[in-house]
Amino acid sequence: MVQLLDPLLIVALALNFVALGVSRIRAVINAVALQGILLGIMPLFVHPEIGLRGILLVVVTIGLKGFVIPRFLTHAMREANIQHEVKPVVNFMSSLLLGAVGTGLAVVFSYTLPLADEHTDSLLVPASLSTVWTGFLMLTTRQKAIMQVLGYLLLENGIFLFGLLLLEAMPFLVEVGVLLDLFTGVFVMGIIIYHINREFASISTEHLTELKE
Amino acid sequence: MIYLLILFPLTMAAVTFALPSNRWRPWLVPVAALGHLGLVVAVFFQPGDGAAVSGLGGWLMLDPLGKVVLGFLSVLFFLCSLYAPGYLALRSDRPNRVFCVNLLVVLAMMTLVTLSHHLGLMWVAMEATTLASAPLLYFNHNARSLEATWKYLLIGSVGIALALFGSFFLAYSSLKAGLESTLLFDQLVQVAPKLSPQWLHAAFVLLFIGYGTKMGLAPMHTWKPDAYGEAPGIVGTLLAGGVTSCAFLAILRVWQICRAGAEAGFAREIMIFMGLLSMAVAAVFMVRQRDFKRMLAYSSVEHMGILVLGVGIGGPAVYGALLHLINNGLTKGVLFLSAGNIHRAYGSKVTDDVRGAIQRVPLSGALFLAGFLAITGSPPFGPFVSEFTIVNAAVGSGQFLAAGLFLLLLGIAFIGMGATVLAVVQGNPADHTTDNDYHDSIATSAPVLLFMALVLLLGLYVPPPLESLLREAAAFLAVKR
Repeated sequence: MVQLLDPLLIVALALNFVALGVSRIRAVINAVALQGILLGIMPLFVHPEIGLRGILLVVVTIGLKGFVIPRFLTHAMREANIQHEVKPVVNFMSSLLLGAVGTGLAVVFSYTLPLADEHTDSLLVPASLSTVWTGFLMLTTRQKAIMQVLGYLLLENGIFLFGLLLLEAMPFLVEVGVLLDLFTGVFVMGIIIYHINREFASISTEHLTELKE
Repeated sequence: MIYLLILFPLTMAAVTFALPSNRWRPWLVPVAALGHLGLVVAVFFQPGDGAAVSGLGGWLMLDPLGKVVLGFLSVLFFLCSLYAPGYLALRSDRPNRVFCVNLLVVLAMMTLVTLSHHLGLMWVAMEATTLASAPLLYFNHNARSLEATWKYLLIGSVGIALALFGSFFLAYSSLKAGLESTLLFDQLVQVAPKLSPQWLHAAFVLLFIGYGTKMGLAPMHTWKPDAYGEAPGIVGTLLAGGVTSCAFLAILRVWQICRAGAEAGFAREIMIFMGLLSMAVAAVFMVRQRDFKRMLAYSSVEHMGILVLGVGIGGPAVYGALLHLINNGLTKGVLFLSAGNIHRAYGSKVTDDVRGAIQRVPLSGALFLAGFLAITGSPPFGPFVSEFTIVNAAVGSGQFLAAGLFLLLLGIAFIGMGATVLAVVQGNPADHTTDNDYHDSIATSAPVLLFMALVLLLGLYVPPPLESLLREAAAFLAVKR
């Protein structure tokens, strides 16, 4: 079972590049949703003897990251009537390139990390660092509010991957709490997006420049 | 009992949500605040040692440090809540259901942060305060408050996501050391000397940046001027006095683990550096600041810097920092609420329009001036005592550079802030600014006066029970277990 983890991680990494390289918001939402589902089933491969609470966590993770949050964002997208990220601060080609460089560095860097013996061969740490990096890229280089939320989701996914190394340390209650916070966060952001759209007839954060020194 | 502290405000939030009357709903906030204060007092005087007040198998515990922050938060929230009905009556055009409910949810989550002895649970509570306070910022429903809320939400959430990453690193440092991985605070402090130093190092950096973002330390403070500038005064007080103090508590918990481990020196250097940097950045932006609410935000950046600086200096300065946490929060209450009143009277918050506040709204103008004197460390107010304690400790332990820079930056902040405050308070109000019918009333001034009275009291005399509590908390931080 454990051998299946690496192929899953590679697919998850590939989805990072989909998210970075396309302008259709719908496609990015789908990529992040699929990544969420993959992340959701990973605990089964990391800790085969997972127990009932683990199964429950898997179900909740897949449900929230794979279905509820993407549904909600799709709804927000329709509501705001936008389909594309038109002019990112860094264009799509360069974003892909930066993403690739970041992923390469993440792999090299993880080899230098003092990991515990059982984790030295795993792709989990490089995948985690690379996804966090992708999330930051999206957060800083995209102008549409929805894209920034998707960047935040990628960032959380990256942290989730690291959390898989410590499934024992994170009790069920806390895991659920983290997911609940994530959901509420996206929910509140969605509401704010709705208001941004109503106020400016657009959800580009480039309009949000009135407050400065 | 410990559960009640959290469940009571949440229940009151539900009741507040259910109450249909826009007019009577705000009165539930002070009722809930009074109940919370009563519960806190009851818990403080519960017989038995600290372990008696715990729950969830050690996940929740009221230690001396938590006591200081919890007690302070409860008083702060109570005084703020007294302001709420008067303020919301002035804003009777706006629905206040979400506002009142979220005030109480923020109170419950701040309480949970002070009680958490599990870093994961503390993280969940901290993030929840961010989410619950975002709608409070958006109360005015205009373009500017929208922008402020978006920045607050996004920067706050990303910052706090880094703190989660750091928490994971911390758990990993125990896994790497061959121990069972855990996020229980007491266990981590116990095994701290054995934790893998590299991972502990990285964890501290991430946690400090993460919770530092929430605290608003420079250079992660960029959301702060926008958020405090656009928020109603009562929300500004809660954020600048309450939520930031919770984030500071989170940093103290992490610091305690590092101190018990091999990272004490490194952590102290970072804290001294970041503290002074925050003070410097704040001082630069306070000079020639025309918007007096943004100026208060920079003052908050400055004082968050003083808090971490105090802990970094160590020794008696830790006591000073804890006292300053209280003094700063209470003085911010005076400043934000009186600034809110002045803002209301003039319909503007830039010094081009606002002049002669002491004539237009004498009480709020005078309180704003007094609050300025207090926060910049003039005797006989509370912040003077705590800042003096910190300088004294720095000089006493031979850290002359830090002490010198501290005094210099306080001086610059005094001059910068003074120019703006005096512009607001002095002079004659322009004719067109006086046609608004707002006047100081008991409802909007009495809470500010109470804040001011406490600030003055703490400057003249620190009550022995408070002093012993602070000493206990400082000792709790200093102990290597």
